[in-house]
Amino acid sequence: MKYLCLIYEDESIWGKMSPEESGKMMGAYGKFTKDIQASGHMIGGEALQPTQSASTVRVRNGKVSTTDGPFAETKEQLGGYYLIEAKDLNDAIQVAARIPSAANGSIEVRPIMDTSGM
Amino acid sequence: MSEAPGDFKAVVEDIYRTDSRRVLATLIRLLGDFDAAEEALHDAFVVAMERWPSDGIPANPLAWLVSTGRFKAIDKRRRQTSFDARREELAREMSGSGTDHDVKNDDIGDDRLRLIFTCCHPALSPDAQVALTLRTVGNLTTEEIAHAFLLPAPTLAQRIVRAKNKIRDARIPYELPAPSELTERLDAVLAVLYLIFNEGYAASSGNALTRADLCAEAIRLGRLLVELMPEPEAEGLLGMMLLHDSRRAARASVHGALLVLDEQDRSLWNVDQIREGISLTELALRSGRFGPYTLQAAIAAVHAEAAHADQTDWRQIAGLYDVLLRAGPSPVVELNRAVAIAMSEGAERGLELIDALLARGELENYQLAHSARADLLRRLGRRDEALAAYASAIALTSQRSQRQYLERRISEVQGGSNGVAH
Repeated sequence: MKYLCLIYEDESIWGKMSPEESGKMMGAYGKFTKDIQASGHMIGGEALQPTQSASTVRVRNGKVSTTDGPFAETKEQLGGYYLIEAKDLNDAIQVAARIPSAANGSIEVRPIMDTSGM
Repeated sequence: MSEAPGDFKAVVEDIYRTDSRRVLATLIRLLGDFDAAEEALHDAFVVAMERWPSDGIPANPLAWLVSTGRFKAIDKRRRQTSFDARREELAREMSGSGTDHDVKNDDIGDDRLRLIFTCCHPALSPDAQVALTLRTVGNLTTEEIAHAFLLPAPTLAQRIVRAKNKIRDARIPYELPAPSELTERLDAVLAVLYLIFNEGYAASSGNALTRADLCAEAIRLGRLLVELMPEPEAEGLLGMMLLHDSRRAARASVHGALLVLDEQDRSLWNVDQIREGISLTELALRSGRFGPYTLQAAIAAVHAEAAHADQTDWRQIAGLYDVLLRAGPSPVVELNRAVAIAMSEGAERGLELIDALLARGELENYQLAHSARADLLRRLGRRDEALAAYASAIALTSQRSQRQYLERRISEVQGGSNGVAH
């Protein structure tokens, strides 16, 4: 079963880190990604640019409206994701708990809907 | 087998009452679906009513019920899905392990433990965990649970449906936690039992009888957990529940007013529950791997060991609260510690601690902090301050029995009796 692990954290912490600290964080992410590739959990994953680069698009009455910024202003922002294959929710939780940002931010684990029978 | 049909009905009803949850737990594992398992359980009992009068009661009725329910479910799924090849495959998968008719009794034990851990999965909301556990592992109907929690039955039913849907959609597995997850997962199970017990014990409102049922149910589930997984904190929690419940008959006056510990007629305490509670607590303490539930049980045990309120070993209780605080900071535990110190070292010392606690602001709206302060002022004979503190406490409580207790105290202070029992 597929799960999407959404990584939420206060994105301003990256700007406050020393080069050494952010290097360490990137190293931890590199190792985690390798680990879940080796264990067969990894399907995909990306880091996102900060929310200041975000645009939100809506279509109302056929008219496109685009606004600056993320969909919602929140204390923790979506900063990246991993799409994983896991046996069940417990397996997915074990993987999510190892994402480096779980130690300061939050990981939302969402099962992917099976649309093959729809 | 010469029993009349009426006798069979009684036998089947008896098995339903005592063992239907065990059969359900195994059916959930075999069928992988809560609703299908509930239907299968119902079908199995219907078949039992039809067949047992002529075939006799099987040697192992539980295993018979499991096999029959499973067969019925597979049959049903086959018929429903005869036009759907994909589901046909599923049905074949389900019956894959053959026709083993002897479901072992230890499987059934494991299944009940699996069921508890699944119902108390931390990915479900605490409300949902409580409702699902009481409905699925416990013996209460949806209506009984709703009544006990003062909720409309449809609200509770909705909660259970949502929980089952999440189990299915997020694929919460029906399995025992891995050793690495055990601490978090066991904590969740214990928290659910504690919530159920407290809801029954607080007796804040509603039908008193139903509330007692919740305590009994929490204790029953606690026993089951200790039997299946004798972890120290599970023993500690069961011990604590038994020790608190032992005072049930003494907690209310003949007029139904709430009586606090030092006012209770201790001859009404349940000696068997105390004995069992203390031995469980000692067992957990000896393991050296105990936690907050065991410490709370130990505190309740110290109270239980005092034949009269004034023989209570408050120094030991204060010491246990110290250990509890080291396990995790909590202003409520600090308050209880302050009360124990007031009892062992004097009301002035306790009052200092409570005033300092209230000054920090966290307990400002906590009724028991104000009533504890009021009690100490009353003991010190500071009547006006005591009255003001009781008034602050009353303003913060909506529980009828608590209000009545506080009102009684106020009239005692106004009447000049300071109610000092020591």
